[in-house]
Amino acid sequence: MLTLLIVIPLITAALVLVNTESLARVVALIGSTVTGILSLIVLSEFEVGESGYQFVSDVNWIPSLGINWTLGVDGISLWLVVLAGLLFPIAILTTSAHHDQRQFYFHLMALQAGSLGAFLSIDLFLFFAFFEIVLVPMYFLIGGWGHGDRVYAALKFFLYTMAASALMLVGILALGILTRNGEVFSFDIRDIQANMAGVSDTARWLILISFALAFAVKVPVFPIHTWLPNAHTEAPTAGSVILAGVMLKLGTYGLIRFGLGLFPEETIALAPVFLTLGVIGIIYGAAVATVQTDLKKLVAYSSVAHMGFIVLGIFAFNSQGLNGAVVQMINHGISTGALFILVGWMYDRLKTREISQMSGLQKSAPVFAGVMTLVVLSSIGLPGLNGFVGEFLILLGTFSSARWWAVVATAGVILAALYLLWAYQRTFHGPPAGTEGASSDKVLKDLSPKELLGIAPLLAAIVFFGVYPSFMIDRIEPSVDALIERIETEADFTESETEAPERSGVEGLTEALELAEEDKAEKEALEGES
Amino acid sequence: MLDLAWLIPAAPLTGFIVNMLVGKRLGEPLAGWVATIAAFLSFIFTVLVFFDLRSLEPSDRFHIVEIFTWISAGSFEVDAGLLVDPLSITMALFVTGVGTLIHLYSIGYMHGDENFSKFFIYLNMFVFSMLLLVLGDNLLLTFLGWEGVGACSYLLISFWFTDPQNASAGKKAFVTNRVGDFGYMLATFLVFLTIGSINYDDIATQAPDIAAVTASAIVLLFLLAATGKSAQIPLFVWLPDAMAGPTPVSALIHAATMVTSGVFLLTRLNPILAAASPWVGDVIAWTGAITALVAATAAVAQNDIKRVLAYSTVSQLGYLFLAVGVGGYVPAIFHMITHAFFKALLFLGSGSVIHGMHDQQDMRFMGGLKKFMPVTSFTFIIGWLAIAGVPPFSGFWSKDEILVFAWGSNKALWVVGLVTALLTGFYMTRQVIMTFFGKPRFDVEEVKPHESPKTMTIPLVILSILAAVAGGLNLPFTKDFLGGTDVHFLEGWLEPSLFANEAKFDTAGSTKVWLALIAVAAGAIAIFAAFKLFGKGGSLSADEVSTEELDKSPLRSPYLENAWFIDATYAKFMGGPGRKMFEFFSFFDRTAVDGISKGVAGGSVGVGTLFRKAQTGYVRNYVTLIVFGAIAMVGWVIWRLVS
Repeated sequence: MLTLLIVIPLITAALVLVNTESLARVVALIGSTVTGILSLIVLSEFEVGESGYQFVSDVNWIPSLGINWTLGVDGISLWLVVLAGLLFPIAILTTSAHHDQRQFYFHLMALQAGSLGAFLSIDLFLFFAFFEIVLVPMYFLIGGWGHGDRVYAALKFFLYTMAASALMLVGILALGILTRNGEVFSFDIRDIQANMAGVSDTARWLILISFALAFAVKVPVFPIHTWLPNAHTEAPTAGSVILAGVMLKLGTYGLIRFGLGLFPEETIALAPVFLTLGVIGIIYGAAVATVQTDLKKLVAYSSVAHMGFIVLGIFAFNSQGLNGAVVQMINHGISTGALFILVGWMYDRLKTREISQMSGLQKSAPVFAGVMTLVVLSSIGLPGLNGFVGEFLILLGTFSSARWWAVVATAGVILAALYLLWAYQRTFHGPPAGTEGASSDKVLKDLSPKELLGIAPLLAAIVFFGVYPSFMIDRIEPSVDALIERIETEADFTESETEAPERSGVEGLTEALELAEEDKAEKEALEGES
Repeated sequence: MLDLAWLIPAAPLTGFIVNMLVGKRLGEPLAGWVATIAAFLSFIFTVLVFFDLRSLEPSDRFHIVEIFTWISAGSFEVDAGLLVDPLSITMALFVTGVGTLIHLYSIGYMHGDENFSKFFIYLNMFVFSMLLLVLGDNLLLTFLGWEGVGACSYLLISFWFTDPQNASAGKKAFVTNRVGDFGYMLATFLVFLTIGSINYDDIATQAPDIAAVTASAIVLLFLLAATGKSAQIPLFVWLPDAMAGPTPVSALIHAATMVTSGVFLLTRLNPILAAASPWVGDVIAWTGAITALVAATAAVAQNDIKRVLAYSTVSQLGYLFLAVGVGGYVPAIFHMITHAFFKALLFLGSGSVIHGMHDQQDMRFMGGLKKFMPVTSFTFIIGWLAIAGVPPFSGFWSKDEILVFAWGSNKALWVVGLVTALLTGFYMTRQVIMTFFGKPRFDVEEVKPHESPKTMTIPLVILSILAAVAGGLNLPFTKDFLGGTDVHFLEGWLEPSLFANEAKFDTAGSTKVWLALIAVAAGAIAIFAAFKLFGKGGSLSADEVSTEELDKSPLRSPYLENAWFIDATYAKFMGGPGRKMFEFFSFFDRTAVDGISKGVAGGSVGVGTLFRKAQTGYVRNYVTLIVFGAIAMVGWVIWRLVS
C-alpha cells in the first residue's frame, strides 16, 4: 500500500513524458490526485493510539549490504505523508507552467514520489536516497521555470543542500557498519536503534553532526538559510508551494526521526545551540521579512521565522513541544502553501511582486482579499485557525523546559502580525487604482470560481484544524510519547512536564467559594476581637 | 437551560454562517435583520440562563458545559467548554443586550453601503467571539475570544479600507494588541507551569497555594495584556485612531464591550490577584488612575466629536482599573455596565449626528443641532448627564462607588479620581454645547441636517432609558431603604464569582455621603465652568465666535491635543530607530550572512575545477544518471513485489 504511494506518482511522471504537451497537466493532476486519495485512505485506516510503524512493507533490496525497501508510517510521519499527498494536486490545480509542460509535470511528479518516499522510509539508506533525489527535480523546476535570477537561485539551492548532505551519506554508512550484528548489515532504523550500544561516543557525535548539518540546511536554520529566499522567490509558484510546504519539513522531520530518535543523549546536549538558532530564526526572519519590498520574499522570510518555531518545539523535548512541532509542520505547509499560491496569482495578474506597485486591491477583488485575509490570519497564528495550535503548544512546551528562550520566541508572535498585516495594508488596503492618491494603476482581477475551488481544501483545513486540532494530535501523540519515553530511558533524561491535577469542576468551584468565605469570616472575627 | 448555554454563542455564529453563505443575496436590509435577530436570540437565551442560575442557591451558581476537547498534548488539556456563573452571565447579558441594539442601529447607519452584508457578518462574528471570551471556562478559550474580537476589530476599523488612515488604524490596533498578547501568552504558560491546568475552576481552587512572587508575575503579565485590549497606558494609543471605523463599531467594540475585556479578565482571575503581593494591586490601580487623568486631559482639547468620546472611553476604563486595583470588583463591573449603556448611547448619538450632518465630524462646524435632531439631542443629553455624574443618572451611582473605594484604599487615588471626574464633566459639557446648543456654525441651507431614521433612534431611546436608571442595579443604601430588601443587587449577585476577594473598607456612612456631595459639587463646578467658557455670554461663546476663534481656545495646547505625545513618541521610534534596526538586519542578511556563504561557495568551486578535468562537469548528466538509477531501483522493487 505504501509502496503504491511512491509508485503511482512515478508512473504518472513516466506517463506525462510520453503524453502530448496539452495532456501533461491533466495526467499529472489525475496521478497526483489518486496519490492524494491513497494518502487519505492511509489516514483513515491508520490505527489511532498505536505508537509504532503501521502498514510496514519490507522487501530485501540489496541484501548483501543490508539495504531494504522498508516503508512504514507512524504518528510523526502520517500527516506529512497526507500533506505531501494532497499539496501536489492542489499545487497542480492552482498553477500552470509557462512552457515545456511535459518536463514541468514530470519533475513535479518525480518530486511527489521522492518526498513521499522520504517520509515513508524506515530504512536509513532508502531515506537518504529519496532525500537526495528530491533535490534534482526541484533544481530543474527553479532553474527551468523560475523568474528573474533563476539559474543562480537553483544552483545555490542545489549546492547548499547537496554539500550539507554529502557528509550525511558518510554518516549513514558509518552507522550501518558500526551497528552491524556480526556480519549482518541493516539500515533499518529499528535495528540501528537496537544496536546503538556498540557505537562509541566520538562516533556518535561525528555521525550526529553530519546528520544535523544536513537537516539544518534543509530547515533552514540561521545562518545557513540564505539559499531559501532566493530559491523561494525565483521558483515558479508550484515549486514554492512544494518547497515550503513539503521539502523544508524534511529537515525538521529528519531532526526528530534520525537526530532525536537515534542519538537522544547527544541531541539533548545540542539543545542550547539549536534553541538559540531557532529563536534567532524567529526574530531575525520576522525582522527581515518586515522590511522586504518583494511580497514573495516577505513570505519566504516568514518561513524562516515559522520554521524556527518548529526547531524550538523539537528541542523542548516534551510532549507539548514535540507534538506542537509536528502539528506546526503540517499547518505551516497548509498556510504558507496557500500564501504562495495567492502571491503567485497576484504575480500572474499584476506582473509584479513589488509591494509599492500595489494599492487598494481589495476594491476590485473582494473575494481574493477575503481569502487572503483568512490565510494571513492563519499565518499570524490567530486562535481558532490552524496556525495557532502548533505555535501555542511549542511555546508552552519550550516554556516548561527552556523558559527564557520561550519568552524571546513569544515576542516573535508580535512581529508576525506586524509584517503580514503591514504588507496586507499596503497592498489590499488604501486607495484603489484610478482614485486619488493611488500609488499604482494596477487592478487585481478577482478569483474565478475554479480558482476558489482549487484553494478551498486549504481554506477548509485552516478552519478545521484550528477548531478541532484533536483530530490531528490524537494520531500524532502516541508516537511522540513513545519517542519521549525512549529518550528518557536511553539518555538518562527526565521530560520537563507539568503534573496536571484532577479537574476541580463545578464542585471545586463551590468548595473554593465556601472555603474562601469561611476564611474571610474567620479573619473578620479575629480583627473584631483585636 | 443551563446545559443549553452553548446556544448563547451559537446564535450569532449561525447568523454569521447564514450571512456568509447568502448575505450578499439577501442584501439590504435583510442581511442586517438576520444578524440582528441572531444577536437578539442570543440575548433571549442569556436571559433564560440568567433566571435558571438565579433559581439556584448562591454557592451553587456555577455550571460547566463541556462541548469537546479542543487541544490536548501530554498533560495539557483544554476543552471548548463554557463556564456559566454570575460573572460570565452578567457580561453576556450586556454584551448581547447592547449588541442587539447596536445591530439594529447599524441597519439604518450602514444604509446604502456597498458592503452592507459584510458589515453584519463581521458584527455577528464579533458578538460570537466576545461571548466565547466571557463564557469560556479556561484561559485559552478566553484567549480565542480575545483574539477573535481583536481580529473583528481590525476588520471593522479598516472596513472603509480605501482611506489609508483607516487601514493604518486597523493594523495599529491589531499590532498594539499583540504586544499585550505577548503578556497573555506568557501568563498562561506560567499558570500552566504552576498549577498544571488553565481551567478557571482549577485556578479558583489552587490559586490560594500559589507563591506570592509567581502570582504577582502572572498578574502583571495579564495586566500587560489588559492594557492592550482595554486601552490603558502604555498601550492605549490604538483606541483614539480606532475611531476611523464606522460609528456603530466604535460604540459596540471600542466603548461598550471589547475594551472591557481586560477588566473582565482581571476580575475573573481574582483568586490569583488575591494571592499576589499587595503592591501588585497598587500597580493596577495607578495604571488606571494615571490613564484616567491623562486621557481626560486629552479629551478636553479634541474637536472631532468621536475623538472626544474615544479619549473619554480610555479615561473611564481607567476608572475600572482603579477599582479592580483596590479590590473593588463589584464597582468595576457596575461602572462597566453603566458605562456600556451611556457610552454606547453617546457614540450612537454622535453617529446619528455625523449621519445627519452628512459625514461631518468636526464639532467646530456644528452647533445648534438641538433644533434639527430632537431625539438625538435629547438622548445625548441624558448620556451627558449620566457620564458627568449628575444624580440620579446611572453614572453618578457607579462612579461614586469607585470613588468611595479609592478613598478607603488610598486618598491620593481618590484625588486623581475626583480630578478626572471634574474634567469629565467639563469636556462632556463642552461637547454638548458645541454640538447641540447655540447657533449653527455651518450653512444650514447647504448641509440640511436631519433626524435619523427609526432604526437608529429607537436604540437611542432604549439606551437613554437604561443610562438613566441603571444606577438602580446597585444602590448604596442600607436595608431599611426598601423595607428590609438588600438593594446591593449587583453585589449580592456577583458574590459567588468573587470568592470573598471583594475588598471591604469600613468607611463611615456619613463620610460616604460627604464623598458623594463632593463628587456632585465637582461635577457641578465643571459643568458651570464649561458653560461659562463656551456657553452663551462666555468668552468663547458658540454664538458669536467664528470657527477660527474657537481654535484659539487656551485648551488648544499641543500637549493636550496630542495626549502628551505618547503616541507620537512610539511612532517616531517605530518609524526611526525601529525601522532602521530591521533594515540593518536585512542589510546584514544580504551582505554578511550571504556573503560568507558565497565566499565558501567560491572556494569550493575552485576545488571543484580541479576535479572537473576528470569528470564531465555537467550537473545535467549526473542528474540524469541519478534519476534513471532511481527508476531502475524502484522497478526492481516492483518486480520483487509482483514475483
